[in-house]
Amino acid sequence: MNLTLRVWRQAGPAAAGQFVEYPVRDISTEMSFLEMLDVVNEQLTEQGDAPIAFDHDCREGICGMCSLMIDGVAHGPMQATTTCQLHMRSFRDGDSITVEPWRAQAFPVLRDLCVDRTAFDRIVQAGGFVSITTGNAPDGNAIAIPKPDADAAMDAAACIGCGACVAACPNGSASLFTAAKISHLGHLPQGQPERYRRALRMVAQMDLETFGGCTLFGECQAACPKEISIDTIARMNRDYIFGAAFEQEESRAGGAG
Amino acid sequence: MDLISNIPSGPIDKKWESHKFDMKLVNPANKRKYHVLVVGSGLAGASAAATMSELGYQVSCFCFQDSPRRAHSIAAQGGINAAKNYQNDGDSVQRLFYDTVKGGDFRAREANVYRLAEISVNIIDQCVAQGVPFAREYGGLLANRSFGGAQVSRTFYARGQTGQQLLLGAYQALEKEIAKGGVRMYTRTEMLDLIVVDGQARGIVTRNLVSGAMETHLADAVVLATGGYGNVFYLSTNARGSNTTAIWRAYKRGAAFGNPCYTQIHPTCIPQSGDYQSKLTLMSESLRNDGRVWVPQSPGEKRPPHQIPEAERDYYLERKYPSFGNLSPRDIASRAAKEACDSGRGVGPGGLGVYLDFRDAINRVGRDKIEERYGNLFQMYQRITDEDPYAVPMRIYPAVHYTMGGLWVDYNLMSTIPGLHVLGEANFSDHGANRLGASALMQGLADGYFVIPYTIGHYLASRKFAPVAPDHPEVRATERAVEERLRRLVGIPGKRTVQSFHRELGKVMWDKCGMARDAEGLQRAVSQIQGLREEFWENVNVPGSGAELNQSLEQAGRVADFLELGELMCRDALHREESCGGHFRTEHQTADGEALRNDEQFTYVAAWEHAGDGQAPILNKEPLTFENVHLATRSYK
Amino acid sequence: MPTPDEARSPASRVRRFWDSSVGKKVVMAVTGIIGIGFVLGHMAGNLQMFKGAGAAQAMHDYAVLLRSTGGLLYVMRGILVGAIVLHVTAALQLTARNRAARPVPYAKRTPQVSTLASRTMRYGGVLLMAFIVFHIADMTLGIGVPGFRHLDPYNNLRNGFTRWWAVLFYVLAMLSLGFHLFHGAWASLRTLGARRPSAAPLHRNMAVAIAVVTAAGLVAVPIAAVLGLFRDDMPVSEAMSTARAGAPGITPAGAAAIGTASAAASVPRA
Repeated sequence: MNLTLRVWRQAGPAAAGQFVEYPVRDISTEMSFLEMLDVVNEQLTEQGDAPIAFDHDCREGICGMCSLMIDGVAHGPMQATTTCQLHMRSFRDGDSITVEPWRAQAFPVLRDLCVDRTAFDRIVQAGGFVSITTGNAPDGNAIAIPKPDADAAMDAAACIGCGACVAACPNGSASLFTAAKISHLGHLPQGQPERYRRALRMVAQMDLETFGGCTLFGECQAACPKEISIDTIARMNRDYIFGAAFEQEESRAGGAG
Repeated sequence: MDLISNIPSGPIDKKWESHKFDMKLVNPANKRKYHVLVVGSGLAGASAAATMSELGYQVSCFCFQDSPRRAHSIAAQGGINAAKNYQNDGDSVQRLFYDTVKGGDFRAREANVYRLAEISVNIIDQCVAQGVPFAREYGGLLANRSFGGAQVSRTFYARGQTGQQLLLGAYQALEKEIAKGGVRMYTRTEMLDLIVVDGQARGIVTRNLVSGAMETHLADAVVLATGGYGNVFYLSTNARGSNTTAIWRAYKRGAAFGNPCYTQIHPTCIPQSGDYQSKLTLMSESLRNDGRVWVPQSPGEKRPPHQIPEAERDYYLERKYPSFGNLSPRDIASRAAKEACDSGRGVGPGGLGVYLDFRDAINRVGRDKIEERYGNLFQMYQRITDEDPYAVPMRIYPAVHYTMGGLWVDYNLMSTIPGLHVLGEANFSDHGANRLGASALMQGLADGYFVIPYTIGHYLASRKFAPVAPDHPEVRATERAVEERLRRLVGIPGKRTVQSFHRELGKVMWDKCGMARDAEGLQRAVSQIQGLREEFWENVNVPGSGAELNQSLEQAGRVADFLELGELMCRDALHREESCGGHFRTEHQTADGEALRNDEQFTYVAAWEHAGDGQAPILNKEPLTFENVHLATRSYK
Repeated sequence: MPTPDEARSPASRVRRFWDSSVGKKVVMAVTGIIGIGFVLGHMAGNLQMFKGAGAAQAMHDYAVLLRSTGGLLYVMRGILVGAIVLHVTAALQLTARNRAARPVPYAKRTPQVSTLASRTMRYGGVLLMAFIVFHIADMTLGIGVPGFRHLDPYNNLRNGFTRWWAVLFYVLAMLSLGFHLFHGAWASLRTLGARRPSAAPLHRNMAVAIAVVTAAGLVAVPIAAVLGLFRDDMPVSEAMSTARAGAPGITPAGAAAIGTASAAASVPRA
């Protein structure tokens, strides 16, 4: 099949970008979207042009590195699918496809279609963990965890941190990402001691990173390649409200023993 | 070169215990004076960086991805083994140890494997405490599943995303330490060389992949946890970015490379569909619990699978290995598939595929049950191939999946360069010549959480560390070498793309150094690779400059290293005149086509030493002794 | 990039809550729910218009009743005004934050599941704010309503809705209110974390009911007025109102300042 690509090209973080059109010939429907871009890049390189920079790694839908706004939809038209798992059979011969990077203040463009998503790491740094050190863990079966709780935790923990939720949200909100981590740990007994502190701190960091607020459009849930539910956001808010109301101020008392 | 394995004396079940006591310690107040570089942020790297920071060391951690959470450990599906014996089915440390040594075809170091089996139980506890959502039974206790090569149920899992969940656990621990200030994280940063000063690993040279800036990081010790090199085959189940550069640069600076030819080829991957294909996708081994593998009896069969009557199907695994059947170990199942295809009975495009048929299982337990067990895998298959595996059999074919070889390390996980430690898939590992399913995750985390935190202290406490000046001649020389190489790469006025070289190398490796190898093919491969390497340095086309985000340049550097590694792999495969595990030499097989080991001559680790560019590498041998496991012919019949 | 610790001002708990995006949404949800409660009450009061014979008297008595509650009416009005101020302030600040979160817009964006209602909340909000101002001027202060008489909401409505443009504006505003509630009623409970997890979190039966009932109930009055369904021409007896209005502090002038029943009940959720 033959296609026309309209791709965002931007030389660097500070450079101005623009769309460039590329005619693409003889694409197999069996190709993934990224393999199609590989073919384009091979051609560009042979012509002496700069290939299109795009992020990718595992190409099996789990690392969360690939992105791309394809015709206005994060990760393209197929539900519950990352761009690397999107195949060209989802398109028709003669289609014109617009390809843009994730767009958010918190995700600055590095080059072409690559963006900087380290804001997500900083949100996790604010509290997306259980504060234990290696080596002092009790037996794995010491605390029984009801299967439904373990399953609910796993549903939320499936997040791959790709940023599609931010990209798809009309507000550029990172609520689904943040809420998924809060829900994952909040469903487990191991996450309880820090549950409310975690919610307070992660939400605060999410705000500091200049993400937008949540209007519950539901776009994030639709874009999420792992189908994480916006129910997690209700849970995040509940933990946040509870924490804001009842979490004790941290003691500042110190002293050597 | 002396290969001193530093295996502690004493009975095998006391070695690690007594070694932990014998090792030197670093006083808590002194730990913060030591700086350790950890390259790689997968299971081994992230867990090592986090744990060493918890102990008080200053740690810098590097990854080429945009976040440490993306390391390729994330793609592991099936599970992680641990000798917990929660199922009361007779598992024990001893049994996991035995299964692993046997599964590795008796080419692993006993003491390391025993330690791995001992530590396996701590890993599960640690991960549960971190909040890893392992699968649970309704009673609230941990669930287990079975995996190939074992007769007990010891595999812990989190749906089909065990690697992801374990990595997120380690990643969260790492982020916790970053927030505390114990770890400095460098993302989108690639290590391009190792700095060795006075014979000790003291730093690395990196390239910032966004700005292109070269940076030098000096420290007291270096830990490489950079994964395997399966991408030398171009097509593999590895992530596209997975590469050998870190360990290859270390090899060229004096670290011995152990058993480079040991490659694991996973039997159940989705076959290639065209030349443009960029990677192969694994379908979990667990599918073989219910799927039956077959090919048509007659070569050149044109009928669609459902029209082929039962009598004209060859369920070759069940036929050849009646006791293990479809659950034979990976190396054996892969080779059998290749044999079937080589005899012209392969199915699908190019005849490179065999059927994995769920018809009987669906008839037996019903479609619902199959959907419940494998729904996500079936969906993934459907997405990639556009075929409905509930209606037509899956087509599968073996693909490169894991490399058992890697940098040689002693019992302390230190390479032949003092101060350079190597963890996880990057070292020559505890798996011998073949790795059992669900053991890679176990090894990565064992190394990172429970081995290196002890042994790094021993190393640091055993030596004096004079500060290395940034303008030390060795530092400058290494920086210059890296700059020179990058300049050369972007300066070649060539025509061919990096990818085309990589693809061609992969084809040579797959044809000559893949599932079945022979002397003639390997010799030819060595000269083909040498020729390809020469052409690469004259005719590669790397657009852009080194001072910007330049993915072609990143790839060019990696492929240049693969072009050297590929040759070493072929040389290693050529020298090892036996068949063992993932290494199958067609000259060495039994009458019915099984691997034929040569324990007399080859019960050793081949540790290759770099002798200079253009020179043949030097072979060093670490003899393997088996005192606790009886050397036997592996049989799964 | 600052961390929560560095950014943690010594400000009070309340201040930190208000400053966070989640806190502001919680404020919007709570004030929104107050608005929903008010609008439902207002609508119920309005439906007395359909009583047929005696409707005018009933509306009058209802107006007087509201005025007889002592300070409670003022408390209610205070809460409503406060809710509107908070709701609108939070909305404006969140909108500013959301706009800033994506300075470079997409060239092409294809919404997948978001409802038109959710995407037009802020525009609907502006329209409703304008409506509130108009409605108080119109039905409370009687500006521009032909033959306006205090404490006679029945006839004020009849007269008011002889102006076609007023009918049009009321109908439009009330439909937009229904739209606003279609999203707001559903979202507010989720924002407050008060919903159990659901297999289909985007479904919203309760919200649909609230939105439809509210919009239909409120639109019914102007439509019925246009159709001439309000035919109760009985003059309103002051007996009851005199007794009540005679209470200390409630003079005709005071009543005017307080507004009529319909005005008291005319501050929909913004």
